[in-house]
Amino acid sequence: MDAQRSVYGLMAEFDSANALVEAARRTHAEGYRSTDVFSPFPIEAAWEAIGANDKRPQLFILIGGIMGMLAGFGLCYWVSVIAYPLNIGGRPLNSWPSFIPVTFEVTILLASLAAVIGMLALNGLPMPYHPVFNVPRFSRASQDSFFLLIEAVDPKFDRQRTRQFMQGLGATEINEVEP
Amino acid sequence: MDTPAPHSSYQTPHPVIEPGHSYDSITEKISAIVLTRRHPIGWFATMAIGFLLVNGLGLSVGYLLFKGIGIWGNNIPVGWAFDIINFVWWIGIGHAGTLISAILLLFKQDWRTSINRFAEAMTLFAVACAAMFPLIHTGRPWLAAYWLLPYPNTMGIWPQFRSPLIWDVFAVTTYFTVSALFWYTGLIPDLATLRDRAKRRWTQMLFGGLALGWRGSARHWQRYETVYLILAGMSTPLVLSVHTVVSFDFSTGILPGWHATIFPPYFVAGAIYAGFAMVLCLAIPLRRMYGLEDFITMRHLENMAKVTLVTGFIVVYGYAMEAFFAFYSANVYESFMLKNRAFGPYGWTYWLLIFCNGIVPQTLWLKRLRTNTTWLFIMALIVSVGMWLERFVIIVTSLHRDFLPSSWDMYYPTRWDISTFLGTIGLFITLMFLFVRVLPMISIFEMRTLLPEAKIKGAEGH
Repeated sequence: MDAQRSVYGLMAEFDSANALVEAARRTHAEGYRSTDVFSPFPIEAAWEAIGANDKRPQLFILIGGIMGMLAGFGLCYWVSVIAYPLNIGGRPLNSWPSFIPVTFEVTILLASLAAVIGMLALNGLPMPYHPVFNVPRFSRASQDSFFLLIEAVDPKFDRQRTRQFMQGLGATEINEVEP
Repeated sequence: MDTPAPHSSYQTPHPVIEPGHSYDSITEKISAIVLTRRHPIGWFATMAIGFLLVNGLGLSVGYLLFKGIGIWGNNIPVGWAFDIINFVWWIGIGHAGTLISAILLLFKQDWRTSINRFAEAMTLFAVACAAMFPLIHTGRPWLAAYWLLPYPNTMGIWPQFRSPLIWDVFAVTTYFTVSALFWYTGLIPDLATLRDRAKRRWTQMLFGGLALGWRGSARHWQRYETVYLILAGMSTPLVLSVHTVVSFDFSTGILPGWHATIFPPYFVAGAIYAGFAMVLCLAIPLRRMYGLEDFITMRHLENMAKVTLVTGFIVVYGYAMEAFFAFYSANVYESFMLKNRAFGPYGWTYWLLIFCNGIVPQTLWLKRLRTNTTWLFIMALIVSVGMWLERFVIIVTSLHRDFLPSSWDMYYPTRWDISTFLGTIGLFITLMFLFVRVLPMISIFEMRTLLPEAKIKGAEGH
């Protein structure tokens, strides 16, 4: 127990995207769930392999867009009808077709802000410190190397057996991640 | 797969990335421009010119604020001149950046990858140059706050939401914000690469801070890719809406030559046309200066040339339809507008415009000229001039002779008009070349995905 607490997880390094995806699939099949894979570019098969498919960004964007639409139209309506009505030749105050451009722009604006801020928030960024950066080789994860992490909190995690399992995956290097 | 068949006259298209590259060589080549390489003499020379012109801009704007907009040549009846010509010109140039980064992404055009980053930067800087004009043309930008923005002020005054000028404010600010978000989102993984490659403490801190702690986790990539694609999907109607709204500034007016339903599509096509020309203008020298021929290959230049040719045709169709509407309307003011445009005192600008936008791009039919970088660069400059003239023709020739001959007059720009315009070109060049110096001008992580070893076995075709 004490030996387990002192480590954040085990990290295996692979030299190709294919090896990483294959390893991720086998790790998931083995029953590990507190896992993560790191790659220098997006690999769709990699997040499918560990079962990551977060649909909340889409929801955030939808909510942002609806709020933007209401805010944009509400602003035009409130200003033109309630706060500052100008009677020009008896034309209707709520001239909604001329409010559409502003409504559209504010919809896109808030949806885009929701998209980016939501994505960063769900990813937990900005995060200046993370244990994975303690592995010296990990600086290659943003350049040309591929990593698989099994966290110590995973119920199946066992320092010896997990390391043996990782060796069987064809990892080029296995490192313990300091917490 | 890419080897040409020897017995066929069909030539396989040039690859989007030259063979022989690896993850590491791509990373090294692009990040070295920012981190380690010495900068070519061309960088310093261009930067010096840009900086000189920026100083001219500072002087011109300073004198404008001191003296007022009387230092410009526009006066009734030509109440709008260089200020709005330059505004429309710059904002149009910005459109190609969004087109390349968003629309070509949705169409899965992989040749966009090596040009999207600096095209997006170009968008931001062009929109910044454009946005200056509505602000400074008020002469009192500090008052523009309540003219432009709806905020509760002690006078109880609100903007008129039925006016295209207010739509413009919302369209341009939204466009700038969304372009900036899109650009920064695309930069995050590359900033992490720079953080991990930087040798000096302060560059590590700088890029580390900007990278927000990005670590390339697949869970992050999944949300990132989802959001990036949806942002592209939202930017596409946005970019179309921006120039549409800009064209409404004119087409909702009743002036002959402005009051036309063709304006929105005609303006959007012109924007893409001008923008692609500007991307060529920037890509060709940068590619040579930094030896990026492996990443910005002939395929990219040729494709951009083809887009220029096609959108050039749409623009020419617009000119033809303007003339046809004027003739077919049987309206005396409309047909006078047409005659005045072609044969009036500013007739030479109209024919020069037809030459620049209608005739010169036709040389792109020839593969020999389309693949000649020197000619492409010159052609792109001519197109930029042509698009500037288009806005001059629309704005000045329509305004200077409207319905009543008693109110006709001529318009001549002053030296301050010209120095302000040149100043924004300098600002654009300066920002662009600073960007090339401090941030990766090609998306490193997206270039990696173009390599054959990035294709996953057993995953259906991506």
